[in-house]
Formats: sequence, C-alpha cells, structure tokens
Amino acid sequence: MENIVVQVSKYVIIFLVMVYSLYGFVVFRVRKQETKLLFYRHQMTLMYLMHLLCYLLLFVHFLDVKYIFLYLVQVVFFGVITWVYKKVYRNMSLLVLNHMCFLLSVGFVMIARINLALAIRQFVMVAAGMSICLVVPFIIEKFEGLGQLGWGYAIAGVALLLTVFVPGLGVSKYGSRNWIQVAGIGLQPSEFVKIIFVLFAAGFLSKTKKFKNIVKISCLAAVYVLILVAENDLGGALIFFVAYLSILFVATGQPAYILAGFGGFASASLVAYRFFGHVRTRVEAFRDPWSTIDAGGYQVANSLFAIGTGGWFGMGLGKGLPTSIPVSESDFIFSAISEELGGIFAICLLLVCVSCFIMFVNIAIKMTNSFYKLTAVGLSVIYIFQIFLTVGGAIKFIPSTGVTLPLVSYGGSSVLSTIILFSIIQGMYVLNQKNQQQNNQQQNNRLDRQGEKE
Amino acid sequence: MKMNKKKTLQKSVVSNGGIYAITYFFVLLFVVMVGYYVHFMVFESKDVINNSYNKRQDLLAESVVRGKIYGAGKEVLAETKTRGDGTEYRYYPYGAVFCHVVGRSEHGKTGIELSENFNLLTCSNKSIGTLWNELNNKKNPGDSVVTTLDVDLQKAAYEALGNRKGAVVALEPSTGKVLAMVSKKDYDPNEVSENWESLTEDADKESRLMNRATQFTYPPGSTFKLLTALEYVRENKKYEDFTFDCDGQEIFSGVKINCYHGSEHGKVDLKKALAKSCNGAFAKIGTELNFKKFRKLCNSFGFNTELPTDLVHTNSTFALKASSKKEEMPQTAIGQGDTLITPLHNAMIAATIANKGVMMEPYVVDHLETEEEEIVSQKEPVEAGRILKEKEAKQLTDWMKNVVDKGTASALSDFDYSVAGKTGSAEFDSKKSSHAWFIGFAPADHPKIAIAVIVEGAGSGSEYAVPVAKKLFKNYLGN
Ligand SMILES: [Zn+2]
Repeated sequence: MENIVVQVSKYVIIFLVMVYSLYGFVVFRVRKQETKLLFYRHQMTLMYLMHLLCYLLLFVHFLDVKYIFLYLVQVVFFGVITWVYKKVYRNMSLLVLNHMCFLLSVGFVMIARINLALAIRQFVMVAAGMSICLVVPFIIEKFEGLGQLGWGYAIAGVALLLTVFVPGLGVSKYGSRNWIQVAGIGLQPSEFVKIIFVLFAAGFLSKTKKFKNIVKISCLAAVYVLILVAENDLGGALIFFVAYLSILFVATGQPAYILAGFGGFASASLVAYRFFGHVRTRVEAFRDPWSTIDAGGYQVANSLFAIGTGGWFGMGLGKGLPTSIPVSESDFIFSAISEELGGIFAICLLLVCVSCFIMFVNIAIKMTNSFYKLTAVGLSVIYIFQIFLTVGGAIKFIPSTGVTLPLVSYGGSSVLSTIILFSIIQGMYVLNQKNQQQNNQQQNNRLDRQGEKE
Repeated sequence: MKMNKKKTLQKSVVSNGGIYAITYFFVLLFVVMVGYYVHFMVFESKDVINNSYNKRQDLLAESVVRGKIYGAGKEVLAETKTRGDGTEYRYYPYGAVFCHVVGRSEHGKTGIELSENFNLLTCSNKSIGTLWNELNNKKNPGDSVVTTLDVDLQKAAYEALGNRKGAVVALEPSTGKVLAMVSKKDYDPNEVSENWESLTEDADKESRLMNRATQFTYPPGSTFKLLTALEYVRENKKYEDFTFDCDGQEIFSGVKINCYHGSEHGKVDLKKALAKSCNGAFAKIGTELNFKKFRKLCNSFGFNTELPTDLVHTNSTFALKASSKKEEMPQTAIGQGDTLITPLHNAMIAATIANKGVMMEPYVVDHLETEEEEIVSQKEPVEAGRILKEKEAKQLTDWMKNVVDKGTASALSDFDYSVAGKTGSAEFDSKKSSHAWFIGFAPADHPKIAIAVIVEGAGSGSEYAVPVAKKLFKNYLGN
C-alpha cells in the first residue's frame, strides 16, 4: 500500500508540474482579467499540492518528523508571504509571484532531500530575504533619483567586488576567490554586485548615446568583468558581460556593439584557454568527461549519470543517488532534480523559468522610463542567462561554469540576490502601473474637458 | 484610436526592438538546449549510464532482476536465480566455457556482465504488468542481452585448447560478430567466491582471471609476414620477381636469422616464402622496406592505437619507426622483435583480408530484448574502414590458400572447401621456446569465419595451432 502511494505520487507530481508550466504560457494568450486571475489561483493550488506530495514522499522515505514540521512552516510561510506581497506590491505581476513561490518550493524540497540541515538554513535565509524586500517598492517610489546615481553604483560595485581580496575577509572556495566571511557568515559579493552593476549600466546608458561616452562606460564595465576573471569566477564574469551587452544593445539599438562584444569574447576565451589551467580543465571535461572521469570530468560525468539514470520519470524522491554529484545542492541541483523527479519535471522547470523571463521582458517593454526599462532588461538577462549557464553545464551542453540555479539552488547569497532581483522588477512594475493609471486619468480628464467644449 | 493616443503620450527614448530581439534570442537558446536535453535522454543516456563509474547499479538492482545473457541461438549463458531464502545469485550453465567473454558479476564485474551492466538492470518493458509490479514493490525482469556467440563453436574451441594456455577468437568477417572467444587457463564463474583467494593469489602464474584473447599481447611471429609481404607489394610493382636463395641461416644487417629448426628452403619466390614461412626471405625483404611507410601500414591495421571495438582490450604495439636502427628490421619483418599483438587483433587482420580489405568493428552483443522478446536495441555492423585494396586482399588470400595447399598448414587441405591461413611460431625467450599461432579463414572464396589461435609455449604453429583451427572449421563449416 505504502509503495502504491509512493509510486502514484511520483506520477501525480509530474502531472501537476506539467499543468502548472502549461498555465505559465497560456496566461500570455488570455485577455480577460478574470480568467487570468482564475488561472493564477489554479497555479497556486497546483504548487501547494506538489509541495505537499513531495514532502509526503520525503517523510515516507526518511521517516523523520522534522520534515513534517518543515513542511508546515513552509506552507504558513507561502500563505503569509503571498498575502503580504499582494498588499505591499499593489498590482504586481501575479505570474511572477507564483513562479517565485514555485521555484522556491522546488528548491526547498530538493535541498531537504539532499541535506535537511541545509534546507532549514536555506529556508531561514529565504524568509529573511522576502521580509527585507518588502521595502523595495517603497524605496523605488520615494527615491525618484535612482537613475542619477551612475557613479555611485559604479564605485560601490567595484568596491564590493574587491572585498574578496582584503586579507582576513576574502575566502577561496572551489578554486574561486569570490567569497567573504563576515561575522561567521559566508557571502558572495558578486551575487549582489550583479544588481548594482545593472543599475550602473542602466543609469549611464539611459542618458547617452554618444560613442565617446559609450566607450568610457564600456571600459568601466570591463573593470568589473576583469575583477571577476581575477577571482576565477568565470561564470560570474560571463553573466556580467552578457548583461552589459544586452543593456548596451537595447539602449543604442546598434547590433554592431553585439558583434564587437562577441568578437572580444571570442578572443578573450582563446586567451583564457591558453593561460588559465582551470579553464582548460573545464573545457576538457566538457569535451570528454569520460577519459578524465577521475579528475576534471568527475562532476559532469556524475551529473550525466544522474540525469540518464533518472530517465523521464525519475527514480523517485529519496530513491536516487544525487549526493554522488559534487555540490548537487547548489551548482548541480538541476541534475539532482532530473534524477529523482525525472526529465519531464526538469523540462517543465525550465519552461517555468522561461515563462518567468518572458514576463520580465513584458514588464521591461511596458516601462516608460528608460532607466527602469534598461534595468529590467539587464535583470531579466542576468536571470535567464544564469539558468542557461547552470543547466547547460549540468547537461554538458556547454562547459560547466559553476553558477547556481536562481531560487532553487542552495546558497544564501544566491537566493537573496535573486529575491532582490525579483523584487526590483516587481517594484518597478508597480510604480509604472501607478504612473500609467495617473496618466490615463489625466488624459481621460482632458478628453472629457475637450468633449465638453465641443 | 484610444490606444494610439496612449502611445504617443509615452515619452520613452529607448525603443523596444532590441528587447524583442533579446527575448527571441534567449527563448531560441532554451529551445535548442531543451532539444539537446531530449536528444541526450533518447539517444545517449543508455550508453552513458552503462558505465562502471556510475554508482547507481545497486539502486536499480533493488527493483529489477538482472537480465539474462544468451548465446546467438538463445542458449542461456548467464541468469539470475533465487535461493530458498530469497537471495539472488548468478548462474552460469556452461561453467568455465564462457568465463572470460561473458564474465562474472561478483568480485568486480567483467566481460559482458560489466559492459552491459546497466542494460541488464533496466526493464524496458513498460506495460500495465510491470507498472503493477512497480506499484506492488515487486521486481521487474531486466532486459536480456543476446550475444553473437555460437555456443557449439565456443565449446569446440574450449575443448580443442584442452589443458594448454592459449586463446581462440573467431569472427564473422562480413559483420565483425564475435562467434567465439576462449581464453585458457579459465575458472568457473559459479564458484568464483569460493575460489577467489587462490584465483587472485595466482601462485602458479596461470592468470586464470585474465582474458588472454583481448588482454594479453604476444609476438605475432610468422603470422606477421602477411603484413611484411603486403608492404613489399606496395613498395615494389614487380614483387612477383622477388627471389631468395635460402640455406637455413644468414646474416642481415648484422643480425643472424635462422629458418625454423634450420630448414633449408632453397630458391623461393614471395609465394613460396610465405608458404614455407622462410625467415631468411622475409628478413631480406625487411632490409629493403621503408621504415616510415611500414609503420604507417601497421598503424592503419590498428597497431599503436585503440582497436575499433567496444570490447575491453590491450593495444597492440609496433615499435619500429622512421628513426629506428637498421638492426631492428630483420627481426621485425619476421614478427619477432618488439612487435606485440592480441589474439583478437590478429583475428581482425585475418577477417579484414577475408572481407576483401574492409575491417569490421568486432562486437559481441547482437541485441537487447525484453523478457517478452521485444527488441530494445539492435546492434548494426560498423565498418572500421577499408584497410586494403580489394586486389591486395585477393593477392594475400591466394598466398594464404597456398600456405594451406602446399605449406605449413597443409593439415587443413582435406576439407571440401578451401581454407586460407598462415601459421606462426613466435619465440618469446632466449631458450627458443615458442607460441604456436594460426590465423586464417574459410571458405577462402566466400569466408564465413575468420580465426586466430594461439597456444602458449607449445612449439610450432603447424603442430599445435593448426589442429585447433581444424576442429573449429570442422565444427562451423563441416567437412
Ligand atoms: Zn628459409
């Protein structure tokens, strides 16, 4: 009987997630507001059901009451957070909120599966982050001059990035010197600098289209990328680079910049391949993980074992061996999910991320203020490109770069910065909606008055 | 109208065109990535997970009964049985006969048990029945491996080698199917646990656990003269004019070369030199060959590189290179010197000549099937490449027929069909003791089987390897 429940739940979870991700695209085609709201409510229900079934499976497998407690606390958390956010962020995108909860819940489940202690820490971080971010719409609304602080962002960002080189503060981890240790808490500054970097680029580029200025700004951006390269944080460097190119392209409408960027990227890659041993190791591991399985290829090979053995339907929560993949809870969580929850689930997860990205871009398109528009573009690209890097690396589509899956992977800095990223986009959306409503009202008033005259 | 007005009111200086472009780009990127993921799941994952580094086999064994391994005629070679107390064990009905090629699943998997491990532990039959088993926590039957191995031929080879150390490999030239693969000394995989200590201790230096057919390398001896002759043909248009006067012993480049047991072959041309296996003639040829070209030819046959096969094997080596000293050549040309070859590789060379110059990749797993005999995946023969021109293959075949008709393998001349072959006696120490080799194929005109036989430390190929070959041909093709 117990086994029937376990086996049936496995397939039900896949079904729930399929329907959930389908809704994520159907809503774009729906015009009627009531239907949209109905779909959003369905999505929430599906999310709660999936979350419940997953924890049920975890409990049945580990027979540890802690999972039930964690589950209950998380349900309360989701309930409270959605209620409060709807109050604080008026007219926010409910789709983005749903996706945020969905991705967080998948992360909670998978991290709890891999290591319960980490799951509890992750949950505390998320709860703290979500609470802090309640002030974001307030800040955006009150400080209208956020777009004027270009130099402020630039200096703050570089300074923060450089903290890792301060003796006694910076720490090396997995061969990259991109961590700092403050009061016993490890932080990855680049995760937060990502956002400052976007603000910096958007702030400057929303004001100028002059070639001379663009060269200056690009040099400043290159400083960021080079610092990250010096930290051996190649994934981070790539993300910054692609985000900057995207903002530059949208701001100027010049494809030539993209071409120049890729030209620079190609030559930089060649240089990196020649001069950095760890770059070569990664590329070798990508080309042929099997012959280097005892060394560089170990991670990717185990990731592929996990994905392949899991198949389309997965081994079932708790039934796989995700711990055999190094850092399965963060950089390789996609493989762990694919192994235990199945390939279909994993693809649906990617679809949810893409749906989220499309909604972000929709918000960017609706923005009337250039600074906000470019910020939204930069943040959207950072989000989607990071997913591309981590998933592509895990399935050997591209060399692995060691970045996290936003909101899903374990890691305080990663999840906090992603929550901030989501909040800023939502906050700008809220402000934009508000301005537009006011505009509409004024316009309507004017039209009314004109009508009266005629 | 209202929409238009609203737009003109917006004062954005940044157009949305770039945003659309970026969106399409990333969505496309994800479509391609998901496509790659699906491709991996459908086409690659099976091969990938079937890797000894994948630690998930024990997990699979909890829900799947390891599949059977069959001979080509569906004879059971390995199956999982259950003891009275419910524990499982692996049973090998033929005992030691298939111990190396099929392998064992305990004490470190080997052979097919290793290479097909994950496939044996995968149940590809997705039916209501298996789903029901899954729901009720009952084990499903794993997929079975149907091999290319001919059980009768394998038994014949196993018996023909008798108590001697050695190996036999039989291939189907047109496909690369491994028809038989025997290595002696052997062990009974049913009793591997009981005998594990003595097997690993290997006090008598018998290496029972090793598959000599694929893992041991031997000097090829006179079987190598085929390649020397081929190189001579390639370098000399008038190769048929070659003659040599053999008086049993001569010095080439300062190296003394004897013919086997000092026989004097008199005046020989290339054909006769091969038939009589005249060392003097080939040492002479060796002094005339271009080192660099000779090495290139041997490399094209698979020396100094991985052989084109999934079977686990040791690489054969051909040490001579452009910078080698002249003194190395006479020995190398007659298959002594530093050249080393596996029996599998020597069989592949015979099969390539038999297949008119095209080498086929040897394989031992024909297909995977479910318990309901539905085919899960079917192996298709793969060409490793054309190594010889058809004309060259025909010339070598004619000479090899002559070896059987008038030369050192004449014991094979009384079949109804003609046999092509080459014997060899590979000296492996200073005491002049030698391994007996035979490689060849039959029927010579339409080859159905190519073989390599080696009997360690026995003596001459004609005396010890040819009789083994004879039993194989008789078993497979009749009288
Ligand atoms: Zn002679």
